[in-house]
Amino acid sequence: MKDDGRPLFVQIAEEIASAVVDGTYPEETQVPSSNELAAFHRINPATAAKGLNQLVSEGVLYKRRGIGMFVAEGARTRLLERRREDFARQYIAPLVIEARKIGIDPEQLKKMIDVWGDDR
Amino acid sequence: MSATVAAMHGVTKRYSDVTALDDVTFALQENRIHGLLGRNGAGKTTAMQILTAQNVATSGAAEIFGERPYENARVLARTCFIRESLKYPDDYKARHVLTAASHVYPHWDRAFADRLVEEFALPVDRACKKLSRGQHSVVGVIIGLASRAPLTFFDEPYLGLDAVARQMFYDHLLADFAENPRTVVLSTHLIDEVSDLIEHVVLIDKGRVLIDEEAEALRGRAITVTGPVESVERFARGHVELHREQLGGFLRVTLSGVQPASAEPNLQFEPVSLQQLVVRTTQQNSGARLEKEVLS
Repeated sequence: MKDDGRPLFVQIAEEIASAVVDGTYPEETQVPSSNELAAFHRINPATAAKGLNQLVSEGVLYKRRGIGMFVAEGARTRLLERRREDFARQYIAPLVIEARKIGIDPEQLKKMIDVWGDDR
Repeated sequence: MSATVAAMHGVTKRYSDVTALDDVTFALQENRIHGLLGRNGAGKTTAMQILTAQNVATSGAAEIFGERPYENARVLARTCFIRESLKYPDDYKARHVLTAASHVYPHWDRAFADRLVEEFALPVDRACKKLSRGQHSVVGVIIGLASRAPLTFFDEPYLGLDAVARQMFYDHLLADFAENPRTVVLSTHLIDEVSDLIEHVVLIDKGRVLIDEEAEALRGRAITVTGPVESVERFARGHVELHREQLGGFLRVTLSGVQPASAEPNLQFEPVSLQQLVVRTTQQNSGARLEKEVLS
């Protein structure tokens, strides 16, 4: 997996969470097992299991004994809420820092965002 | 959480004037893949030899499966030690070696061994002395995997193996480990290749244990900070510095135990890979602060 300094299990959890958000794994469908994830990403199975278990503790996935892990009802909505909360920290903060570095003042930045939207 | 399968308690090993191991203590946990890392001559092989009763400690104690390993057939039968250069009788063909292994290891999986022979294209009817360096390593890799020993040591098992064969080895190790969990020790220099596989890291240098920690905890343990000298110096102050390189007004330092500061616009933060962390930690231990062009 990518070495971005974050624990691998966190990356596994995020990857599955993203797939739930974009609809790859709809609610009540089964997600890959820890062994499948381990083989696919070439990581230790215990690490993959830790990623899945984190999503279980967050209520995104739930276990069906002897079958596997499934996407919980309402998981997508909850993940979307969390992502919106994270948005400022993840995207606005670096945007503002870089703008300041190259001399774009806040007013200009706001205008640029408006124009960007119009152009697309 | 998990049980200890093997351990060294304060083991010291001296050869006349050389101290190969100096008060070494570490434990191997059940059903985990461990990375035993360190430079050539650091003491890794000696440690594995002592754990498998192929060498005797000068002082201290080794235990496997809760017992002393010496002349203890019961616990040694559950242990497989794949060395860098295993010697086989000259008139043996690869097939004979695998048959012998099938008698030695109670958990031997014949079908799995056959499949590996096919995938690695091992010429089983060739005399061992006529095998290439890589084919010789393949024999060891197959024995290590198919023996399914509850405690398996791979000591630099891939001399002469190309990148494709090594990847096959890792893939089979992971897949089989998932189906048949067991305790594995990988001793290797190719840290980047195994860093995602190993759960626990033991780093030995000059006979001493420098790191004995979960691999996950080590990820993100160190960061590299690059930027204008003054800003980097200010950020680095008071932190453990593992390495530094300077190019004109630009400074790059590797720091331990620090989080990146997103509010520092002049600084660039990069994660340090396990391999880099091992290199830097070992260098720091040697007191050798190489200025540039290190083993990266």
